[in-house]
Amino acid sequence: MNLILKIWRQKNARQKGKIVKYPISDISPDMSFLEMLDVLNIQLIELGEEPVAFDHDCREGICGSCSLYINGEAHGPDRRVTTCQLHMRKFKDGDTIFIEPFRAKAFPVIKDLVVDRSAFDRIQHAGGFISINTSGNTQDGNAIPISKHAADEAMDAATCIGCGACVATCKNSSAMLFVGAKVSQYALLPQGQVEAPDRVQNMVAQMDLEGFGNCTNTGACEVECPKGISLENIARMNRELIKSSLKG
Amino acid sequence: MKTKKITYSLNYRKPKNSYLSSDELMVCIRFYYKCTKTNKAKIIKKSTGVKCKLQDWDSNWHKSIARKPIKETDPNHKRKNKILAAKVKNFDIDEILKKVQPKSFSVNLKSGIPEGPIALKWTNHKNKINLVNPANKRLIDVIVVGTGLAGGSAAATLAELGYNVKAFCFQDSPRRAHSIAAQGGINAAKNYQGDGDSTYRLFYDTVKGGDYRSREANVYRLAEVSTNIIDQCVAQGVPFARDYGGLLDNRSFGGVLVSRTFYAKGQTGQQLLLGAYSAMNRQIGRGKIKMYNRHEMLDVVIVDGKARGIITRNLITGEIERHSAHAVVLGTGGYGNVFYLSTNAMGSNVTAAWKAHKRGAFFANPCYTQIHPTCIPVSGDHQSKLTLMSESLRNDGRIWVPKKLEDAKAIQNKTLKPTAIAEEDRDYFLERRYPAFGNLVPRDVASRAAKERCDAGFGVNATGEAVYLDFAAAIDRYGKEQVYIKGLDEKDESLVQSLGKEVVKGKYGNLFQMYEKIVDENPYETPMMIYPAVHYTMGGIWVDYNLQTTVPGLYAIGEANFSDHGANRLGASALMQGLADGYFVLPYTIGDYLADDIRTGPIPTDTIEFEEAEANVRQQIKAFINNKGTKPVDYFHKKLGKIMWNKCGMARNEKDLKEAIEEISALRESFYKEVRVPGSADEFNEELAKAGRVADFLELGELFAKDALAREESAGGHFREEHQTKEGEAKRRKEFQFVSAWEYKGAPKDAKLHKEALNYEDIEVKERSYK
Repeated sequence: MNLILKIWRQKNARQKGKIVKYPISDISPDMSFLEMLDVLNIQLIELGEEPVAFDHDCREGICGSCSLYINGEAHGPDRRVTTCQLHMRKFKDGDTIFIEPFRAKAFPVIKDLVVDRSAFDRIQHAGGFISINTSGNTQDGNAIPISKHAADEAMDAATCIGCGACVATCKNSSAMLFVGAKVSQYALLPQGQVEAPDRVQNMVAQMDLEGFGNCTNTGACEVECPKGISLENIARMNRELIKSSLKG
Repeated sequence: MKTKKITYSLNYRKPKNSYLSSDELMVCIRFYYKCTKTNKAKIIKKSTGVKCKLQDWDSNWHKSIARKPIKETDPNHKRKNKILAAKVKNFDIDEILKKVQPKSFSVNLKSGIPEGPIALKWTNHKNKINLVNPANKRLIDVIVVGTGLAGGSAAATLAELGYNVKAFCFQDSPRRAHSIAAQGGINAAKNYQGDGDSTYRLFYDTVKGGDYRSREANVYRLAEVSTNIIDQCVAQGVPFARDYGGLLDNRSFGGVLVSRTFYAKGQTGQQLLLGAYSAMNRQIGRGKIKMYNRHEMLDVVIVDGKARGIITRNLITGEIERHSAHAVVLGTGGYGNVFYLSTNAMGSNVTAAWKAHKRGAFFANPCYTQIHPTCIPVSGDHQSKLTLMSESLRNDGRIWVPKKLEDAKAIQNKTLKPTAIAEEDRDYFLERRYPAFGNLVPRDVASRAAKERCDAGFGVNATGEAVYLDFAAAIDRYGKEQVYIKGLDEKDESLVQSLGKEVVKGKYGNLFQMYEKIVDENPYETPMMIYPAVHYTMGGIWVDYNLQTTVPGLYAIGEANFSDHGANRLGASALMQGLADGYFVLPYTIGDYLADDIRTGPIPTDTIEFEEAEANVRQQIKAFINNKGTKPVDYFHKKLGKIMWNKCGMARNEKDLKEAIEEISALRESFYKEVRVPGSADEFNEELAKAGRVADFLELGELFAKDALAREESAGGHFREEHQTKEGEAKRRKEFQFVSAWEYKGAPKDAKLHKEALNYEDIEVKERSYK
């Protein structure tokens, strides 16, 4: 396959970026999208130019590092996959592909396609945990039965990989799907109920502080989420928030 | 050894004053040494063959250089003194020590295994070691490098105990450490299924699975704390799979006869890591952990023989930073990426462990590598990594290749479909060779069996390097079960199929989806193709029972150390070990060392040791940036990977290993001459980071081959073609029942071997059979 790549290049956070055009040829349809970028980078290095910086690590769709905005879609045209699992067979010979970083006020660009997502970490620091010591002196794992339904639903919420596709996709740059998933995971489990009111309050406060927008129920985040995190989690977070403010 | 000392003396056999001055006695060499077992000074006497009369003996001879032991009054004093001098000169201390201290293979390795029966060792040890009182913990800093299951859980627990923790990871968040990619599950001897599991059985399975090359006491402790892990994780909100009664569910993994694996769909590693990450977040929020994301550790700083800090590079700004602490913990994972293609993440590397090795930490058993049988086969030269298909799939999938060579050829040429091959023309080679364990044999056995079939020409993809993993039988079985339960028509084939697929989807849906995305084939309709790939490294930094390396104050936990898995790791045991080390072992044992540091005060970073370490790091970076090469880092990494896979892979032999050593050494030389690192040192520069990592892989790779060459036996993942049984199974040798711990001596070829003997007191060492 021969392709035209139009890639966002930006030296660092302080300088202005721009789209740069790179033609690339002999791409195998069995390559993953990132392997295609590897080929480009090797060519750039051999030409003495700077390679395109992008975040990636596990390349099996679970670490949540890769974060490309491809042809106007987070993680590209395929559904339920991250960029690293997107394969070139989803494109046609002669295509022009636009590649940009995830864009949001709370995700400043570090270089080229690499963005700073530490705002997500800070939201988790505010309350994304159950306050239990790791001494091992807890009760037996089977002491509190958890219904299969609740455990499965908590698991579905917990599969969030923290990539930020929801934020990049949302017209308001809202992080509510991400926060809602974490709040839901713990709200659905008996272990997390004790702190549920404080947790949701603190996490939402931190989310607002980081400059993420609000949810207007468009639902684009759910469509683009590589792990299919459901919009229900946002509803549950809102319920939890209201509940906690009523309780005081 | 400082205590050893050589002197002469007369060999008195009775009290001195009972001799006459004209009596003639034998002169002997007296040699003092420290017994490694009792730690007490001992004396050895060796006869010199020279006799001397009491009256001619100068007992104060050592007081001056001019004086000789035998006085001039002896007519033969010149000749005799000459013989004595020669005897001392030729006195080989090491040779003698080897004879008198046969049990302790090396004088430098003290495993520190506690006394007592195996089931009480850990309890007794915990009761006896030093503790640091809570007020004093505030005065102590600990650095934790790596935030995977081991590093993350250790950082959280140490902070909870009250230490000031600084945690480092090269990823943009601790949650992205590669533990996240573990799929199948975590073992624990809970015996919830009532199928005969126990701490001893988990211990036994792990030691046997490791082909009797792991340290007994460590493995027992691991089995002992395994149950705590499950309780802990449930309390943290890890959503393990549950049955309809609300209790925890289990599944079975390779190499065992019980169901003891806990899981969270096919994302157990992710859920456990997010659990550890949440525990870290709590401590970060409280200010007890200071987190450094996108920081790469580039050296350990040793002050007065103790690990007192690290040098890091900020991967965004390129700044070189000094960080000090009273102890340094490495939870930096394995080195599977030395093969370039592996199931490890792109960034997984050996650099932190290797720098520690260069600063004095011994590196143990580097040749023990796990090649996982069920990975998606390589599709072409562009491939950047390999994807694992969880071992749990072997619960229901059957592995086969065609029985007839002509069928295999037709499949390779894509003129025949696997579904068209009749049942009797299929060779379910694992079930055929290992009827007792069938498709659930341990990973090393399954991998070698697949390689054997493919080498014989029965491979099933274009390259001939793949075997089938078939779910048709499982779909049929589950379908019939469902039809029966629901009282539907058993003869409706399409109904059976669709219901069966539903069940399989419920169990392995995400794995099937992943396979389809990568290979573009539907595994519900046609069998999956799989082939072995590098997955895990059992070898790692040598540690004692306390998980301390040979450098005081430097600890290694999780995959980064070597102790628990021997020559082969069983499935679902990596997560168990990482969390056991981090949550329950290290936080105890590190106190024993830190108890001496309560009055030390903060470690300054403006000392000569930090200066020197920083200068080293800067110098290497400068050399890369200024190098006028032409080839990208990946070029060398891929070449190294090819050498490793072809010559140090699933089967090894003397000739290949010797060639590998030469080739890697030559490649390393050309790397430093020809590599091109674009950009500058003071910016986000991934190529620069990669260059440093590959430089270390190029050294480790050679040591790996050297270790594989020295280990003239087959054990677990290390298969030497020269040492196999008639049936082609691995053949262990009794004389290799030891840990190889390598000491850094400049170049990998000069590394010095130390041996730690492995004693099995609670397990009988047998031939490992899964038939």
